[in-house]
Amino acid sequence: MTARRIRGAAVTAAIAVSVAACSAPGGTAGDGEAAESVVIGVASEPDTLSPLLGYGKDGNSKIFDGLLARDAGLRLKPALAAALPKVTDGGRTYTFTLREGVKFSDGEPLTAADVVYTYRTVLDGRTNNTAKSELDAVRSVRADGDDTVVFTLKYPYAPFAARTVLPVVPEHIAAKQDPNTGSLNTEPVGTGPYVLTQWRKGEKLTFKANPHYWGPEPEVKTFTMAVIADDDVRATRLRSGDLDGAVLPPNLAATFEGNDGKRTYEAKSYDFRAVTLPTGHPVTGDRAIRQALDAAVDRQAMVDKILDGAGRPAYGPLPMDDPYFADGIQRAHDLAKARRILDRAGWKPGADGIRVHDGRRAAFTLLYPSGDKVRQDHALAYASDAKKAGIDVTVESATWEVIEPRMGKDAVLAGFGSVGDPDFGLYTLLHSSLAGDGFNNMARYRDPAVDKALDTGRRTQAPDEREAAYGTLQRALVDNPGYTFLTHIDHLYVLADRWDGLTTQLEPHEHGFASGPWWNIEDWQPKR
Amino acid sequence: MARLAGRRALFAGPVLLAVTFGVFAIAAASPFDPVKAYAGTAALGADQQTLDRLRANLGVDEPFWIRWWDWLTAALGGDLGHSSVLRQPVTQVIGERLVWSALLCAVAFAVAVLLGTVLGVLAARRPGSLPDRAVTSLAYLLEAAPVFWIALLAVWLFALQWDLLPAGGLTDTASEHVTFGQVTSHLMLPAGVLAVSQLPWFTLYVRQGVGDALAEDPVRGARARGLAEHTVLLGHALRSGLLPVLTLIGSRVPELITGALLVETVFSWPGIAAATVEAATAVDFPLLAALTTLATAAVLLGNLLADLLYGLFDPRVKLSDM
Repeated sequence: MTARRIRGAAVTAAIAVSVAACSAPGGTAGDGEAAESVVIGVASEPDTLSPLLGYGKDGNSKIFDGLLARDAGLRLKPALAAALPKVTDGGRTYTFTLREGVKFSDGEPLTAADVVYTYRTVLDGRTNNTAKSELDAVRSVRADGDDTVVFTLKYPYAPFAARTVLPVVPEHIAAKQDPNTGSLNTEPVGTGPYVLTQWRKGEKLTFKANPHYWGPEPEVKTFTMAVIADDDVRATRLRSGDLDGAVLPPNLAATFEGNDGKRTYEAKSYDFRAVTLPTGHPVTGDRAIRQALDAAVDRQAMVDKILDGAGRPAYGPLPMDDPYFADGIQRAHDLAKARRILDRAGWKPGADGIRVHDGRRAAFTLLYPSGDKVRQDHALAYASDAKKAGIDVTVESATWEVIEPRMGKDAVLAGFGSVGDPDFGLYTLLHSSLAGDGFNNMARYRDPAVDKALDTGRRTQAPDEREAAYGTLQRALVDNPGYTFLTHIDHLYVLADRWDGLTTQLEPHEHGFASGPWWNIEDWQPKR
Repeated sequence: MARLAGRRALFAGPVLLAVTFGVFAIAAASPFDPVKAYAGTAALGADQQTLDRLRANLGVDEPFWIRWWDWLTAALGGDLGHSSVLRQPVTQVIGERLVWSALLCAVAFAVAVLLGTVLGVLAARRPGSLPDRAVTSLAYLLEAAPVFWIALLAVWLFALQWDLLPAGGLTDTASEHVTFGQVTSHLMLPAGVLAVSQLPWFTLYVRQGVGDALAEDPVRGARARGLAEHTVLLGHALRSGLLPVLTLIGSRVPELITGALLVETVFSWPGIAAATVEAATAVDFPLLAALTTLATAAVLLGNLLADLLYGLFDPRVKLSDM
């Protein structure tokens, strides 16, 4: 198909969609015209589309680009920067040179001043950015001419380059408004492959290809993200042809198996479910109890029964697919071992089968956020496994408002996981200096060996040293489990089979909007 | 008439003030944390410093009466403030959504009044007849059914089973433009459900009113004079039978608003309902206050309208007495 014919088809498709979408929703499989327009159902929408307030900070924004981006294997690649940064001064100075000829979607050229403005505004305390602390390492950022940006860090921070996927906003627009309330929140202007044409909050976002995009022209000319919170409604609308694709929970995705013209994509993820074991509670603070729980849980059963097989057992915060995963820490479900540990530590079975030590029952409360079915199932399975070892876990559901003040004393069924670098997820989860700091280190976990490994992993640039540090950390976590890691959850997507070369990335906790098979929709090729 | 309207307007001021003050007080007492609502899912990964900084930036720790006073003085100056949860000026939120809510309510109300009158007259013609019993039982059944239940049933039947009408949204998901045809087809189900939920009140009132009127002397006299049945029914009985319906129109406005809230949620109709719910759970004071003021004003206007209509159509009522 020549470019002209593609354009012709796009116009025809646009007309056909606006006139006759009622009678022919979605089009048919293999239809070249319909393949240029994609409608995807997601569960939630962003609060804001302004990167200054946190939108797209982990990359994969369709409207904006960062200095760097990630490929399918999550390796960093240049985006707005012409190449990966030059790191000097012992890891304290990062120098980026910008790609030539990049324009914002309003036609204005990108300069180093835009990059500097973006980072300075995010770092400004008056900007309501929830992820500002992720850039804590930055001391200053300055432009060196029109095409060079220099970051100076407070301390050597190895994963800094991975933070520069943060989207860059146009200074000539953003500087004229209040970053907290300005129109950039709902009418973004960026350098990305698509521009937002319409955002009806709570209903859908519509995008079309950006005519000024610096990369190759996308084959998918328009796409729509329909916001449908209810899983069943999303599945129904996918089945009726109203949607081309959707993110679905495992049980609903399974109903599309063997459906002609639909393909299921399973994205592996960092998204773990774990039980926090607060050090402030006399029972969960006991190392023997933690170790026993770790041995008593049947992770594989949770994967099979709760996740319908769409997940993997979690032996630590890092999934087995991560390059930093410490091979050898995998451990089987071992109830006998759990009992041995408890016996040895002096937790003796009481009259009701629940173990007792110094007159204290081995009992604690496990909270989970109400309405989250997957977490509820995990919590109930955990309580049932613990009971077999003689530990009484009371499962309770509550809203986050109720859970938050109780996090220091009661266990919580938590879910989390960041991509990009082990430092991003692990430091805030485990470092003792962040114990009980907001939602960081919810279990108030303190372990000197873990702290040391986290600091090493953060500051050294040498890859082997980092790998050794994160290996030490994962083994220390097995010895002194502050959390019982249960599962890593696969994210499932069902899409009409009309495009070639769809891939998924290893995904973070959040999913569906920025990640999913559409993480690189600009590269999709319609099937011929 | 002007005096009635004037007096009501004077009365409306204090009512609106009290209502907005109450909204601020109740919202401040709610367990929802505006900072968490603002940060959304990001709050679950945020450190304490970030949350404290947001709290200070958003100024949510000020006592509610100070925030109310600030809001009120700004609102009187024409600035309705900025919605923290939708990240848009409140005027823009209302401007974008009110028109769709108004369309939904207006269509539903018109259908309910017209259809209710027709069914009511049909039932009143021969009390105890088959049409009467059918209409009355249907009305009682609908009166008992919750709006959201009817809405879900309608989605299941018309969108899923028969695939006749779209299940939600303002237009088809893939459609980029808001066209008349699209909106019409998407409006049918939500407006129909809302109309059906209001229908029993009008039907029963009209049936009662017309039934009573048919037994009154003027109608009996008209019949005796040999006037055609439809002249008697429509010209005499319906005119006096409709009087109670006029009062009803005003008093149904609050229910119409709450009904629209539920219907909009079920059908993902981009009206102000979703915004209202979000504003309430996110303790978004400026948006919540503006929307409550709007709803209160609608109710007050509805009542005024009913009284004015009553005064105009019923010669026994003097507006100056009201």
